[in-house]
Amino acid sequence: MRWTKLSRSIGASRSAGVPPAVQSASRAPDILPGGLFLIFTLTVMSAILLSAAPPEKHLAVFSVAANYSLPLVQREGRAYVGLLELLEPLGKVTAKSEGPRWRLRYNNNAEGVFQIGKTHARVQGRDADLSGRFLVENNRGLVPVASLPSLLPRFLGGPVTLHEASARLFIGSVGTHFTAALSAENPPRLVFHFTAPVNPSVATEPGALRMTFSREPLVAPASPTLTFGNRTIPSAIYSESNGAAVVTVNAAIPVMATFSSDGRTITISSTSTAASASSGSQNANPPASGTAPNTGVPNGVPNGSVPNSSAPTLPGQPAQALPGTPPATPASTRRYFAVVDASHGGDDHGETLSATLLEKDVTIALARSLRQELESRGIPTLVLRDSDANLTLDQRAIFANTDHAAIYIAVHAASNGHGVRVYTALLPFGGDDRGTFRNWSTAQHASLSLSQSAAAAVAAEFQRRQIPVRTLTAPLRPLNNVLGPAIAVEVAPQGSDSSQLTAPDYQQLVTSAVATAIAATRDQLGAAQ
Amino acid sequence: MIPRHLLIGMTVLLAAALGLSLYAWHMRSTVASVPIASTDTRPLAPPVAGPTERVTLYVAYDADGSLRAQPALIPLPSGRQQRAEELLRAVLSIYLDKSSPHVLGSGADVRTVFLVDPGVAVIDLNSAFADTHRSGVLVEELTVASLIHTISANTPGILKVKILVDGKERETLAGHADLSSFYDVTAVNQLATQLQPAQ
Repeated sequence: MRWTKLSRSIGASRSAGVPPAVQSASRAPDILPGGLFLIFTLTVMSAILLSAAPPEKHLAVFSVAANYSLPLVQREGRAYVGLLELLEPLGKVTAKSEGPRWRLRYNNNAEGVFQIGKTHARVQGRDADLSGRFLVENNRGLVPVASLPSLLPRFLGGPVTLHEASARLFIGSVGTHFTAALSAENPPRLVFHFTAPVNPSVATEPGALRMTFSREPLVAPASPTLTFGNRTIPSAIYSESNGAAVVTVNAAIPVMATFSSDGRTITISSTSTAASASSGSQNANPPASGTAPNTGVPNGVPNGSVPNSSAPTLPGQPAQALPGTPPATPASTRRYFAVVDASHGGDDHGETLSATLLEKDVTIALARSLRQELESRGIPTLVLRDSDANLTLDQRAIFANTDHAAIYIAVHAASNGHGVRVYTALLPFGGDDRGTFRNWSTAQHASLSLSQSAAAAVAAEFQRRQIPVRTLTAPLRPLNNVLGPAIAVEVAPQGSDSSQLTAPDYQQLVTSAVATAIAATRDQLGAAQ
Repeated sequence: MIPRHLLIGMTVLLAAALGLSLYAWHMRSTVASVPIASTDTRPLAPPVAGPTERVTLYVAYDADGSLRAQPALIPLPSGRQQRAEELLRAVLSIYLDKSSPHVLGSGADVRTVFLVDPGVAVIDLNSAFADTHRSGVLVEELTVASLIHTISANTPGILKVKILVDGKERETLAGHADLSSFYDVTAVNQLATQLQPAQ
């Protein structure tokens, strides 16, 4: 009511015909505090708006040639990126404007013709849909980010995967996959294995540890939420945003990250456990809350207290000979009795069991079920591939050998035949050991009889449960590269319907039989371990 | 003044040039419209010259996952290497039949077989063989065992066998059976025994 009156009085004075300059001069003493207030308000508002401005959006590009990021611009409600800038780090690229046309030539063998304002382009003589209008700004050709998965393969000749929501572009097969396994120790340790070295920034906060991978082409596991059924470290969550992948480990106790195996392994453990593991440390500090880049040492632990990270885990560079003596197991990993390997994964789908069913998906379900059955019988078990990760055969063998498990069990699935086949290694020709060094291709030789005993026990258990079973040798890697007892179990449906492979009842029937047999031969296998 | 006979000559030449151009244009469009016949990229095997011999082929059966001995009469050349190739082609001819007990993809073929002393055989398959092969431990193992056991049973002296695809090393046949190492013929023979049908 009071403000209304003031407005009216000013309006009245104007209508009285008094010149504005005179009005201003006559009211100067009144307006000055108001003007200062206005300036102050504008300053504060500007500061608030600037500080609250969203961060500049970037497109993270991962390729074999280079990993880089490009700024995104918002036009017409879509995210756009400069096409020339996108292709420049990947090869020789030229562009020129010809009136409304914009030509781009890549590596002298792929040409695209774009027209300003058009939603289609001609690339390699074929139409390409841009899912938005083509724009040119300052001679820069801009295309919608959403069009890149269909547009770029025409230039590059290979597959391109776009995670549009998080602005991450994968050119070719460059994904870094990971597995996570929780040990049954108290307090537990969560071990992440990566298929390539990683160097995330690590941040801790009450109840969580967050690893941000902005430079690595990390890809999501089969499920973004990994649950471990443990109160201390109940879960880990994978997410992506603005070009980065983030893995958040939820923990009820203060935890820290330890890097080993040249950045291929990250162990999340209690701060007290990590401090005690670093016996040489005089001043092991708990991790400070905040962000610390990976410097190759545990986050929050001084340089002098680096746990042993000399495990010979060099996937991709398999040694032709393995030391006969057990290699040093990293202090951060424990010894498992059984290693269950869900075969295939990532780009390797295995057999296409039906139009909607891939072998790699069945094997991971079987492997998890087998872990549950084994652990319910008190057998500590590691699942080698606990997500949709790419793991080479050499990597699988190296993981199994490094863990020195009492038994390695590879899980396969098939649509051909009925029941279950249990395999042991068909060793290749030759492969002489040299002294205490084992030949890589026949590393299984010394444990073959134990493997055959385990296979026979598993087959006997299947027979007891009236499940059709055969025992065979097979030229199936990595069975021949594993030092300890190793078998493979190939599960086929009992009838002709492949969908039975996904039935929990059938999976549990098979895995409980395997677990029962392994438990029955535990003493024999454990003695060898 | 241009002589008249020159004018007539020029006119005739121009008319001839125009006619030839039209004829060439017509021929070009005719050639362009002729469809290019699809070609089979597989090499054409020369006809086998040699006496017919009785051999034993080891044929895979998917139905019961077995490997069965099957006698056959096939013409075999005198050369040891050519004999090995013909043996494998005889097995493949069974598998390429639609009613085969162990069907292979169309176009599957053995490019060549090298017999290298002492006791080494190298089987070079074409890429269609591996690319169209069904995936699975048993189904791939049956193929490998069938090829190796057939060649070793009919060609004395072979101790180890290497399988290549298109002349190059390949990690697996179709995701399972290992092709990166040399197969031990003794071990494969034992596998063949395991794969014999139940009595």
